[in-house]
Formats: sequence, structure tokens, C-alpha cells
Amino acid sequence: MSAAPPGPSRRALLGAGAAAAAGLMLAPGIRLVELAQARGAGEPVSGRVRWGLLIDANRCASGCTACVDACAQENGLDSTIELRQRPQWIRKVELKELRTGRTAAAPVMCQHCADPPCVDVCPTGASFKRADGIVLVDRHTCIGCRYCIMACPYKARSFVHEPLTQQKPEVPRGKGCVEGCTLCVHRIDRDRSPACVQACAESEHGAMLFGDLNDPSSEIAQRLRATASTALRADLGLDPGVRYLGV
Amino acid sequence: MARGAFARKEGHVFWLLVVAGLLAVAGGLAAAYAMEEHGHSISGMSNQIVWGLPHVFAIFLIVAASGVLNVASIGSVFGKPAYKARAPLSGLLSLAMLAGGLAVLMLDLGRPERLMVAATHFNFRSVFAWNVFLYSGMFAIVAAYLWMLMEARMNRYAKPVGLAALGWRFVLTTGTGSIFGFLVARQAYQSALLAPMFIVLSLGWGLAVFLIVQSAIYAWNGLQLPVPVQTRMVRLLGVFVAAGMYFVIVYHLTNLYWARQVAFERFLLFDGDVYPSLFWSGYVVLGGIVPMAILFSPLPRGPLSAVAGSAFVLIGAFAQLYVFIIGGQAFPLEIFPGYVATSSFLDGAIDSYAPSLPELMLGLGGLGIAFLITAAGVRVLRFVPQDDFGSHPAVVVAED
Amino acid sequence: MWSIRAPLSPRRGSLVRRLLALGFVLPAAMLAAPSGADEAWRTPKPAIVIESKEHCVAPPEQIRREHPDMLRHQRNLTVRLGERGMKFSLNGCIACHADRQTGSVIGSDHAFCQGCHSYAAVHIDCFDCHQPSVRPNAPALATGAKP
Repeated sequence: MSAAPPGPSRRALLGAGAAAAAGLMLAPGIRLVELAQARGAGEPVSGRVRWGLLIDANRCASGCTACVDACAQENGLDSTIELRQRPQWIRKVELKELRTGRTAAAPVMCQHCADPPCVDVCPTGASFKRADGIVLVDRHTCIGCRYCIMACPYKARSFVHEPLTQQKPEVPRGKGCVEGCTLCVHRIDRDRSPACVQACAESEHGAMLFGDLNDPSSEIAQRLRATASTALRADLGLDPGVRYLGV
Repeated sequence: MARGAFARKEGHVFWLLVVAGLLAVAGGLAAAYAMEEHGHSISGMSNQIVWGLPHVFAIFLIVAASGVLNVASIGSVFGKPAYKARAPLSGLLSLAMLAGGLAVLMLDLGRPERLMVAATHFNFRSVFAWNVFLYSGMFAIVAAYLWMLMEARMNRYAKPVGLAALGWRFVLTTGTGSIFGFLVARQAYQSALLAPMFIVLSLGWGLAVFLIVQSAIYAWNGLQLPVPVQTRMVRLLGVFVAAGMYFVIVYHLTNLYWARQVAFERFLLFDGDVYPSLFWSGYVVLGGIVPMAILFSPLPRGPLSAVAGSAFVLIGAFAQLYVFIIGGQAFPLEIFPGYVATSSFLDGAIDSYAPSLPELMLGLGGLGIAFLITAAGVRVLRFVPQDDFGSHPAVVVAED
Repeated sequence: MWSIRAPLSPRRGSLVRRLLALGFVLPAAMLAAPSGADEAWRTPKPAIVIESKEHCVAPPEQIRREHPDMLRHQRNLTVRLGERGMKFSLNGCIACHADRQTGSVIGSDHAFCQGCHSYAAVHIDCFDCHQPSVRPNAPALATGAKP
């Protein structure tokens, strides 16, 4: 069934490669995924890792849509039907505080909750949480009932309203199924960071940080320990993997 | 009308009804096929309003299916003889409407061809997964109940099976209300009150459907509904309508008391889109005040008052479900309390929904299925209520 | 007309027996006829073209028999458990077996997946979601016949 685990020499090479790549900083605030050991072929994800995002709304520029465009490009989201039916996995929300008039902007995507309501309500179990914390839709089992869209507090999920033909090979998606931000799981599994995070870094705003929440030495964990952050709709007690500064 | 004259026309009337029903069903299937081919982009639904007009029809049919069985329950479980005679028709209507409602729900799925997946993969934290068993179990129990009612030597089991059916449909309708009640994030739904509210609404809507169907059958067969029976059923419907309104009032009053719900209630009840007029004119006036006036009126009434009162109740039912389901989704989620949000994904914006033709056809197709099953059942088997007291001897429908 | 109590009368019965006999004999005759003309109405066997010179990940007989289970099992390992880089992968099949002209595994009865699936009249569900082509922005091609 699964291939035999790779021998020590391959592991060492992969580990060294990952460490070297981690040392290469593309831009302040972005770093490729830091792993002590890369996952070998046929090795399942483990709960030792919990992927998360830290989004700094103070650094997020109003009007910039680098993350949204990168996500659309990476995942093949190129719909032309009317806007309210078009899928969006991440969107930029422009905010204005009612009481003070202060403006802010932040991207909102699937929050990858630890206790996801969408997983609770899915009748077939298609909406599920992977061991490493990423909440996904298994489109083989999704029947398109949209109950998860009703249940999500963040409007994170979209429904595919039209037949699709131009899917990216690494991102299968189709008519009649529900979909949402996958935290670029196809990139994470190959030791890369999500497309939105990379695009934000390349755009010089550097408002998005990706990393392992369970690793106390990761940059995201250190920043969360140092600065007060908020979870959206914290009152619901869902423990999202996405945290925000400045909202 | 004269029995002989109607007996000649009866065959024509029946086949005309069947053709009308088949046309409705064909329209529904055509709409479902179009949505399968082109996707939901041809519907008026969106990523904000994901359950539209078909769900209004489907949930009405499912809730009324549970409620219409109440007529039989009053007969079998509470032992009222007038209702006992009506129990088989109530059971047939329950099966018919459940079939129609489920057909609409399943055909509106994004991937209706994956029914096998839904029948083999279960996540038991989901009410929908429980519903697969509750609804199919409902079919089985009502079928068994009909058998106990209609075969003379099984009549002594009618009460225990009727009790089981009563319990089952309470669980089922609680589940239907909880579909919405369990949604923590939605301002329209996050309430434990919804489960009992749906049960009470089901009683009213089911009895209204029953009265209309019963009146039609009686009129077309030249039968006369005994006045005491009519009075009792009509008053009962009025009581159910009042009880339903009580729950709706408590629900909205509580919401208005919570500061964080005020914006949503203002939208739904006062200034949002089409929903306030549907709620006040459609549900409160046409669906509540007018039928209660008709149903509780002390003036002598003919059989038409039962039909009129019931018809208004059903108008109110559709209005209430439209406001509840669609209005509840049209109001944006509050992700950033205290902020005004805008985005390309309609954050902070009220989604405008316009029902499309495929959705309407699909909903009517569900009604058509329920209608056809009822018409065929009444024609073939002995579902017409057999009243054998008072000055109106029982008249059996002439066989062709 | 027909009732349990009145068995087939001899005259009516012999007509029925003759019709039944015809119903068995005629198809058998058609099947047994050795002429080449009857090939025209038989469904042509699939003629897929496999141009890759490398070995497949498993023998053809095993693939033919077991590929539904391979695909289904594999997808659960990949989707649910996140296992990557294993022997079987849908993209791996497509990369090797895509038609040289169209770049796709569907779109004609010579295409790798569609050829046999069209012959066996088994609808392929995969390519509603999975990209069947190795070429980016390839024109959309119709999947095989829906049974």
C-alpha cells in the first residue's frame, strides 16, 4: 500500500534542503515552511503540526488585492458569471469602525477552526479537518447540499454554480460541490507556503505570516506570544487557526 | 350536485387532475435537468443565499407532512371518533407530501446523482444525516400505520403504531427546526425555540392542507361533511394558527431585546427589501388575523369557510417560510461587530434575491408529486373518510 | 380475457408456443450467424493508443480490474491523510497517457480513459473536477457517453 519509509540518507538530505531553504529569506516576514523533517512519500500528516496564519491589518493596504489575485491564479478561479455567484476563497474586506471612524483592511478566508461548525453539519463527512488543522472539502463525497455554507460564521465557503473545464491539475474543483480556502494544501504538502502569503510578502506589505502554531520556536508562535491578537467571532469559541492584529 | 351527473363527469375530472399533476412534475424534472446541465447559475441563488425558493416549497411540504398526520394521531392516540374516520386520508397525505418535499430537496442538491454517497456516508453530528433515517423511517412507519388502520383485523394495533408515528414525527419535526436552530453563526436562526416552533407550525399547516383536500374530495363526490365535525376541525385550526403566532411573536420579541440582533430584526420587520411586507401582510394579516377571524367566527358557515380559512393559512405559511429562509440568509453575517464592512464577496451587504423560473418549476413539481400520489391513492383505495353517525349515511365512492 | 381457471386452449396455446419459440430462435440465429456483415451493428472494441514507452505502474490486467479500487483508496489516503508521492496518482496516469494531439485523456474514443469507458458505458465522474488535460487552457472536451 504505502511505500516503505525513505532511508536515513534521503531524510537527511531533505532535512538539510529544508533548513537551507528556510534560511533563504525571500522577503521580511516570509519564510518557507520550517520543518525539522520533511514528510516522506506515503507518510500521513500528523497532529504535531497545526498550520495557521497571522494577519496584520495594520500593514494591510486598503485597495491592494495581491492575495486575492494570487489565490485566483494559483487555484484556477476564473469565473465570469455574476459576482454574487462567483466563488471567492479569499477576499479583502474594507472596514470602518462605527464609533471612531477608523478605517482598516484585512483579507478574510477560511479560518481553519479547531472546532469547525462546517464539519459538524456536513451530512456525508465531506467537510473535514485534516490532522494538521487544515479544514477541507472532500469533493468525492460532497453532495452539494450547502449546509456547511449556512453554518460557517465567516462566509468562507463558495458553491460552484457552473460547469468547470479549466481546473488546475493540482486543484480539482467542480460544479455542484462546495469549496473554500485550502490553505494551499497542495503547496504546503510540498514545503511551500500559501500563494496569498507569498504574494503579500512580494508586494512589500508583508501583512500575512504563515507557520506552525504548535511549534513554539516558529515565527508565528513567537509573535502570537508577544503581541495580543484577535480571532474573528471569538465569542463562538471555535479556536480558528487564523489570527488578526489591528481589528 | 346530483350523484349520477357527477359519476359521469368523475372520470373526466380525475384524468384532468392527473394530467395537471403530471405537467407540474414534468416541469419540475425539466428544471432539475437544466440545473444539472448548467449548474445553479441559472437559479437566483448565490453564495450568500444558498437555499432559495425550492427549499421554501420543500420545507413547507415536509413540515406539513408531519403536521397532517396529527389528524390521525388525534384519532388513534386520543381516541376521537370523528378523527379516527379521517386517519387513513391523513396518512396518505403525509406520505404524499413527504415524497414531494424530499424530491425537491434531493433534486436541488449540487450533485443529486450522489444520492448513493449520501446513503452510505454518515456524519452523525449532522442533523441532515439523522434526517436520512428519520425521513425514510417516517415512510415505513406511516405505511405500517395505514396498514393497521385499513385492514380490519389489524385495527387493534392502530393505537400503538399511531403512538410510534406520533413520537417519530415529533422527533422528525424537531430535527427540521434544529436544522436551523443549530446554526450558531446566523442571526436569523441561532435559537432553540425553532424546534418547538416548527412543531406547532406543522400542526396548523398540516390541518389546513387536510381541510382543503377533504373539502375538495367531499365536494367532488357529492358528500356532506357533518357540521359538528367541520366546526371542531375549523376551531382546532384556529387554535393551531394562534399557537404558531405565539411562537413567532416570542421569537421576534426576544431578538429585539438583544442589542446585537436589533439590526437584523429591523431589516426583517421594517425596512429590508421585500421581507417586511411579506411578513406583515403575508404572514400576520393573511396568514394569521384573517384566517383566525374566519375560523373563530360564530356566524353560521358553509364548507367554504374551512377552505377559505385553510387557504389563507397556507398563504401565510409560504410567506413565513420565505421570510424565514431567504430573508434570514439575505442579511449579511456579522464577522466584524462594531465595524461596517464592504468587500467583493458581499460582506456587509444585503443580497438581493429574485426567484428564477427553474426554482419555481422545481417547487411546483414537488407539489405535483404530492398531488398525484394523493389523487391516485384516493381513487384506488378507500381513503375517503367514512362518517357513519348523524343524519348523513356513509356514501362510498362508486367504482368505475 | 386471461384467467387462472381457464388454461391455454390448444388453438391459442399453439400460437403462443410458436411465438415463444421464435423469440428464442431468432436472437440465437442472429448471434450465431458467422457473416462479416453483422460486425457493422456491434459496438467496436476500444482502440486506445498508448504511446508512452515506459512501463505502467502496474500490469494492464491489474489496472483493468482494479483501477477503481486503486483510485478510490488512493484518493482517501491523499485527501484525508495527506499522503503524497505514492505509486498511484491520477495526475500520474494523465501525464503518461494523455493523447499526443489533444493532450487529454478524454475527448475521443481513442483517448485513454474515454475509449474503454465509452465501450463499457460507464460514466466517468472524475473529470467533472479533475483536469483531464496536460495542456494549460486546453479547449474543453466532452467526456464519454453518459449511460
